[in-house]
Amino acid sequence: MTDAPQPDPATTSRREFLGRSVKAAATVAAAGGVAAWLVHRANRPVVDNTVALGDFCVGSEARMAAVRGTDRADLLARGLAGVGGLDTYVKPGERVLIKANVAFASPASLGATAHPDLVGELVRLCLAAGAKDVVVTDNPINDPANCFALSGVGRAATEAGARVVLPKLTYFRPTTVAGGMLIKDWPLLYEPFEGVDKVIGVAPVKDHDRAVASMTMKNWYGLLGGRRNQFHQDIHDTIKELAMMVRPTLVVLDGVQTMVSNGPTGGSLADLKDTQTMIVSTDQVAADAYGARELLGLSLDELPYIGKAEAAGVGTTDYERLLPSQSLEL
Amino acid sequence: MRITTTRRLSQLLFLVLFVWLCVVSTGGEAWFQRRGWPVNWLLQLDPLVAVGVGLAAGALTVGLLWALATILLTVLFGRVFCGWMCPFGTIHQFVGWLGRRRRLQDRLLANRYRARQSIKYYILFGLLGVAAAGALTGWAPQAGSLLTGLLDPIPLVYRSVELVVLPIVDGHVHVLWTDSRLTDGALLIGLIFTAAVLANWYRPRFFCRYVCPLGALLGIISRVSIFRIARTESACTSCGLCERSCEGACTPTERVRSSECVMCLNCLDDCRHDALAYQVHKQPGEITGPDVSRRGVLASLATGLAVAPLLRLTGRTTLNWSSDLIRPPGALAEADFLKRCIKCGRCMRACPTNVLQPAGLDQGIEALWTPALNNRIGTSGCQLNCVACNNICPTGALRPLSLDEKLGVGEFAEGGPVRLGTAFVDRGRCLPWAMGRPCIVCQENCPVSPKAIGVAEEYAVVRDGVLTVHQAGDDELMVSGSDVPAGTWTTGDYYVCPAGKPEQRRRILRQSPDTLGLAGAAWAQPPEPGSMVEVRVQLLRPVIDPARCIGCGVCEHECPVSGRRAIRITAENESRSRDRSLLI
Repeated sequence: MTDAPQPDPATTSRREFLGRSVKAAATVAAAGGVAAWLVHRANRPVVDNTVALGDFCVGSEARMAAVRGTDRADLLARGLAGVGGLDTYVKPGERVLIKANVAFASPASLGATAHPDLVGELVRLCLAAGAKDVVVTDNPINDPANCFALSGVGRAATEAGARVVLPKLTYFRPTTVAGGMLIKDWPLLYEPFEGVDKVIGVAPVKDHDRAVASMTMKNWYGLLGGRRNQFHQDIHDTIKELAMMVRPTLVVLDGVQTMVSNGPTGGSLADLKDTQTMIVSTDQVAADAYGARELLGLSLDELPYIGKAEAAGVGTTDYERLLPSQSLEL
Repeated sequence: MRITTTRRLSQLLFLVLFVWLCVVSTGGEAWFQRRGWPVNWLLQLDPLVAVGVGLAAGALTVGLLWALATILLTVLFGRVFCGWMCPFGTIHQFVGWLGRRRRLQDRLLANRYRARQSIKYYILFGLLGVAAAGALTGWAPQAGSLLTGLLDPIPLVYRSVELVVLPIVDGHVHVLWTDSRLTDGALLIGLIFTAAVLANWYRPRFFCRYVCPLGALLGIISRVSIFRIARTESACTSCGLCERSCEGACTPTERVRSSECVMCLNCLDDCRHDALAYQVHKQPGEITGPDVSRRGVLASLATGLAVAPLLRLTGRTTLNWSSDLIRPPGALAEADFLKRCIKCGRCMRACPTNVLQPAGLDQGIEALWTPALNNRIGTSGCQLNCVACNNICPTGALRPLSLDEKLGVGEFAEGGPVRLGTAFVDRGRCLPWAMGRPCIVCQENCPVSPKAIGVAEEYAVVRDGVLTVHQAGDDELMVSGSDVPAGTWTTGDYYVCPAGKPEQRRRILRQSPDTLGLAGAAWAQPPEPGSMVEVRVQLLRPVIDPARCIGCGVCEHECPVSGRRAIRITAENESRSRDRSLLI
């Protein structure tokens, strides 16, 4: 027989009790700590990531040139000269964003997108003017990669030395147009605009059943994300607000050919008409007014958004006043 | 260099090749994108693809003749495809190695042969039975179906990696695609893959030993192989070490079961007495054939043969066809398509827009994981100028199309464009049809020229839009009877006209509670005070021309009714089947 006391299975030693108490307390403390941390997190202030595009205009005086011909590089050079030369607008070391209309995955010859020759030349001229960085971007309707590849805009821009930015979900930030009624807290393709000094819009002239015609102001539609097609319920006020949202340095309206039917997709050479005109303007309203009247043969009453944009103070429909005398010679 | 090191290098090479061929299957202009890389080579090497398609369809695409190389390899050297080349096998072996047991006794137990390894042969015969039903009926259009792709390891690993693993990984790094891709039904595909991979921690090479129908096929072929593993009884001390890392569980300690041996050659490495050799001479008593009973083989073949008519009894390829199953361009007629599609998912991988998705179980087990368009997913329906899916299909279930043939131009002008189906407007959901709101996004985005979506123009009287005239000026109308908020009618889409005379409409420019400002020329006869005028909204309502619609789905993708779209494609009038035509 041994004298050593046997532990009584019905009792608990002090040591064991203390040990179990510590574990129990630690479990309760850990659960409480995690809960407190989660509650604290839930009360974090909501970060406001709303953005607004700045004013990219140069000078207060609107200028515009309309030139005739078929060689887009030549037209661009003459058009830019008509508004005082690109040097007036793009300074050495600046970053330029070109918003080209690359909405559809169709070849350049069908005229549904900005022409690669034009975009490429514009990129080259911006770099020649000393721009540090040129970005070409759009949030197209068709598959973005296909649009930039098939239209040729992607290659032309890259070969000319620009960066092509395809849209990603993470590139969009909510924006609200000051003084607007429709574009509120809406996703905007903002990432490519970070650090940008100058913005140039490049758009063809296209027939459009809902908006009557798609030109430089409608071009900004391609900066919107989300289920943006809801805006077609009130397309004219939407285009007006887009023109209020973006105050570009320049817009280039390519009317070398005009899509007169089956727009804005086109799809056949029969949908295009030779109009042999290019407009370079600091005033998007004036550019669109010129396109509507001179290239499409419409009265401005037929495109309510042009009058609405003018009434909102975006620009003037009196393009004849802006045209320098030499560009009228054509 | 040790033979097992050579084997590992080979496995690594084929695994890298597999991943590489997955990566380069991206459309685009960069050097690593699809530019004549032999992207289907591993699928073409898979003899089960060739045997299955051959049995079910009675025809092979030229590329599938590569299967002969694998068969030749197996006849010479045994199941080296399994142990040296198969990327899925390599994944299994690696994961099994990660989860290997430490104690020798446990490892020997894990690698012991089990009678249930014969299940894979019954699976193979069942699947071949389904396919052979076509051959037995002289490849009649209604018989025979190809289900091998459900379990065939090469299609399975392609499907899992390209539709599930790559989209998850690339969602973080964005190398392959600009933005994240989606896979409908990813859970089932991903869970089967995960289960197959993690089962290696229960038994090494679980999938290979118990499930793999390709391994079973190669196991049967390896009966006649020239080289095999053999043990010299006199040198053997029965230490059992040769089964420590035996991948195939093919009992080199006793009589080698050569149909189970995946040629990992670990036993050669592990034997310390040089009792094992890879040689022409057979070990006396070697078990060459698979451990299957004649009864079992006949029963599984018969089951497969019975399944074929059971599948077709659903009528899914005939009267009960599913118009929600919109096949990609170039797809063969459904019954023929199902005899060739191995559900590898390559077409979905190649699709630049992500619109091509694996069909789910709702379309029937035959159509499971076959390609179908889901126009709500992806960047923009089926792109007009794209034939990526047709030209990647390894088995010809999707016929290679030229762009000319797809668009119906040049020498294909007579046949017209390839149609996937037809757009139907749901007038109960369409904004201008049902709710009096302008929209017409679908027509705008229709890529066909002339557009397949026409426009019915209507100036519809709006709710609370009948007003009493107080006074009419040239450009202004004083009215009463409206409490519609100011500004509602000034969007450019609203007009006012004398009651019942929409042809005299004038656009409303301004609106205050009692005054409407008007555009356009003044009325010849202004409305009399006390008369009624109507406010009308210009509605452009979509009307489909089925003779022009190609069913690309861009309209459905763009429709702002974001849930159940107001314009939807169904497969009626698709080019591939006469009996689904819509027009006389």
